[in-house]
Amino acid sequence: MSSVEPILQIKDLRTSFFIDRGEVKAVDGVTLDVPKGKTLGVVGESGCGKSVMALSILQLLEEPGKIVGGEILFNNVNLLQKSEKEMRDIRGNNISMIFQEPMTSLNPVYTIGEQISESYRVHQNMGKKDAYQKSLEMLRLVGIPSPEKRLHQYPYELSGGMRQRVMIAMALACRPDLLVADEPTTALDVTIQAQILELIKDLQTKLHMSVIIITHDLGIVAETCDRVAVMYCGNIVEQADAEELFERPRHPYTAGLFNSLPRHDQEKEELEAILGYVPSPIEMPQGCRFSPRCSYAEEICRQQNPDLKTLDNTRAVRCWIYSDGWKGSKEVAYHG
Amino acid sequence: MLQFIVRRFIQTIPVILGVTLLVFSLIHLIPGDPAQIMAGEAAPEATVEAMRERLGLNDPLHVQYGRYMSSLLQGDLGQSVRTSRPVMDEIQPRIMITIRLAIYSMILSIILGLVAGVVSAVRRYGLLDATLMLAALFGFSMPNFWLGLMLIKLVSIDLALLPPSGWGTWQQGILPIITLGTGGAAIIARMTRSSMLDVINQDYIRTARAKGLKERVVIYKHGLKNALIPVVTVVGIEMGMLLSGTVLVETVFAVNGMGRLAIDAIRARDFPVVQGIVLIFALIFVGVNLLVDISYRYLNKRIELN
Amino acid sequence: MDSALETMDNKELLKVENLKVYFPIKGGFLGRTVNHVKAVDGISFSVFEGETVSLVGESGCGKSTAGRAILRLEQPTAGEVYYKGVNLTSLNKKEMRSTRKHLQIIFQDPFASINPRQTVIQVLEEALLIQNIVPSGQRRQRALELLDTVGLKEHQADRYPHEFSGGQRQRIGIARALSLNPNLIICDEAVSALDVSIRAQILNLLKRLQKEFQLTYLFISHDLGVVRHISDRVIVMYLGRIMEVADKKSLFEQARHPYTKALLSAIPVLRPSQKRERIVLTGDVPSSLDPPEGCRFHTRCPYAQDICKTEVPELRSAGEMKEGHQAACHFFEDIYAEAAG
Repeated sequence: MSSVEPILQIKDLRTSFFIDRGEVKAVDGVTLDVPKGKTLGVVGESGCGKSVMALSILQLLEEPGKIVGGEILFNNVNLLQKSEKEMRDIRGNNISMIFQEPMTSLNPVYTIGEQISESYRVHQNMGKKDAYQKSLEMLRLVGIPSPEKRLHQYPYELSGGMRQRVMIAMALACRPDLLVADEPTTALDVTIQAQILELIKDLQTKLHMSVIIITHDLGIVAETCDRVAVMYCGNIVEQADAEELFERPRHPYTAGLFNSLPRHDQEKEELEAILGYVPSPIEMPQGCRFSPRCSYAEEICRQQNPDLKTLDNTRAVRCWIYSDGWKGSKEVAYHG
Repeated sequence: MLQFIVRRFIQTIPVILGVTLLVFSLIHLIPGDPAQIMAGEAAPEATVEAMRERLGLNDPLHVQYGRYMSSLLQGDLGQSVRTSRPVMDEIQPRIMITIRLAIYSMILSIILGLVAGVVSAVRRYGLLDATLMLAALFGFSMPNFWLGLMLIKLVSIDLALLPPSGWGTWQQGILPIITLGTGGAAIIARMTRSSMLDVINQDYIRTARAKGLKERVVIYKHGLKNALIPVVTVVGIEMGMLLSGTVLVETVFAVNGMGRLAIDAIRARDFPVVQGIVLIFALIFVGVNLLVDISYRYLNKRIELN
Repeated sequence: MDSALETMDNKELLKVENLKVYFPIKGGFLGRTVNHVKAVDGISFSVFEGETVSLVGESGCGKSTAGRAILRLEQPTAGEVYYKGVNLTSLNKKEMRSTRKHLQIIFQDPFASINPRQTVIQVLEEALLIQNIVPSGQRRQRALELLDTVGLKEHQADRYPHEFSGGQRQRIGIARALSLNPNLIICDEAVSALDVSIRAQILNLLKRLQKEFQLTYLFISHDLGVVRHISDRVIVMYLGRIMEVADKKSLFEQARHPYTKALLSAIPVLRPSQKRERIVLTGDVPSSLDPPEGCRFHTRCPYAQDICKTEVPELRSAGEMKEGHQAACHFFEDIYAEAAG
């Protein structure tokens, strides 16, 4: 879909959680591409399945979560057919991941140096001394002041922003081709968030990586991503190049999200909230999942979930409005 | 760290002083006249008076305590009433037996408990987990002496595999150590399991997996060290239970240790010996807890913050 | 500072004077107090009837502590808080309890402080019972009215807290605060945990209720987008001190303080095509245990000079600034002129 060759292609991925009350389809047929060397943003509200999708890529799901279908092609090789041992060689080496909570994502009982050098020792068979030397270089690369001292400190001695830098150093130690960042700045203050985002962008260029940023924050997507996938209730509802998407959202949910944000450039007495609530994952509505909250919904929307339809070369939308049989208006209101 | 150890060491001084005060008071806290009790109920007044004089019971309390403390500092725990030998000489040949018994049992408890706890946590809600936890429940519900007697009956009498009593050869050691260590193993297993379950759900475990580490490394390197932190505290408390457990176990297996000496001394109303044993048990307990605190600190770097 | 503001039409509802909240740090051998966390270190401001004033800043700036100290949920170390001219810090427990019904607070997760075994209607009835302002026979009716006011249905009244989503919980939190007919509601990160689409609903609700019940809000938030939408005036805090105070328009369009500017520039904009130069502050927020001497912000300030390290800048105004706009910076005129020129 995109002009650049993809490094990662997800095709019809399905991940479910099997609980006593039944099957919760957290990711229900997600298809997306990550263009090589670019940043893909996956946006959506809590419970839309974006984090589960991210964990599925590295197969880091915990019980009772299970990938039940689809393909995850990394450089055209299906990761879902790899053995656990082969996956281990990929994790932290070819594909790395950083998480939302820098405060709890580092092991409290080991030093920073120990934790970073572990990556080198397991993936590059490096000796302890060399691995520490490399770790020191990584700390320098991610802009941690007095890295020699930090190397021997424990996580509690570092601030949240510093810990997230350490997480990034750890993730990028083996120069992965793809970095999956799951809400990397959500737990951080705005000024620190800005630092971390700059750092990720900067390192992306330096190390020629591709990045997936999972976030609920549209502002972060606008500032950092080349391409965007919008998720709602386990589905991708819209996928487009960032500029186009923010210029003109096509799916009513995307437009609704944008409209409900307080804006800097316009004064509004009332925000245009999306009505209702996200449905519970065990009681998914019939038809299009967004239909109960959608002001454009017609009969067909309530009966059948539309497919993700390619509109032009670079954009795909999962909405009946863009089908041939649609009688109503094809304009989705957006006050951008 | 060194500063912490020194400070922690200094903090035990008041505790030890308190212990000596309690042990010293022991003789005065029992109802009735200690001299009369020790001399025997039928003893004539002159004998009782002589006993009183010998124990120094006629002096004011603070003088008695001062004398007690000064001889204590010289390593003198007084004289046994029963054998007239110094209490130290009574205790010395037996103390190592008891300490060995306790340490071996402790090691058994820790190894068994940790392994069972970790396996249970990793295979949580599986058959192995259920079996191990049922065994643990059984383990700490059983009284020591009953377990000891059952082992003697089964292993020594019915199967005739190991000697039923005594201490010295390794064969003689096995049954007492199992008897004494089982309860602790059960408690440590349950503690390790719940602590480990808590740890496996932590974010840093996910980070370790995302790094591409083997599951074994994730569990034992990243998980266990964190899970040990609360377990260490339990081990400290365990040690106290073990020491008191030796009294019963040594009696059941006819091991000539401090525990048995304590029972004999109590029976013979040999208070100086009882005092000596209580004091030594207390000192060991304080020492063990000091070690526990230090290792807790070693494991949990975060408490340096407070 | 109020000379300019007193000319406003509205009455002063809340006045905070030189408020300080220190938390002792125990340590050493005997657990003596060895240091203080200076969470709030001498702030003064006023809130006028019917307006929304926001306290913004990053974590550790003291905004939440300030809000709690106003209600005396935290004991102020020094300073005064006047509500309608009454000094709240001088009230005894009983007087404070009866005054508190006029001053309510909504937290990020209102259900953290609610008994999970009570149904929603029971929670509301209990709130009404404690202050005893509605006769017992009418309590259920009043509770149902409150639910309706915040947009919940009658059939949801007998459900338990865990059956509600985040947005619905916040509606219940608001209903509970409203139950006592308060004048002032302190919203402590009240919409921070909510998803975008739900957040908009709650913000709209807060605005509607403000009009309907003539409420005054003290809105505590780290989210400048939300703050811009809801506030009339904004107070920017950093490490326990006020850096800048202004009406919303002045603050967002003519910020004077370098910290405010950095904060504003850190907010991502929604237009990828409009990427602009961003002031990225270096370093972390220093610890409030040992805050920097002089201007609290000087360790991260790109304009800091020697005087900033020693002398604490006072909140002050300058010629061309709008009424009530004040900043605490030694050099804001120069910085502003440089940016404009």
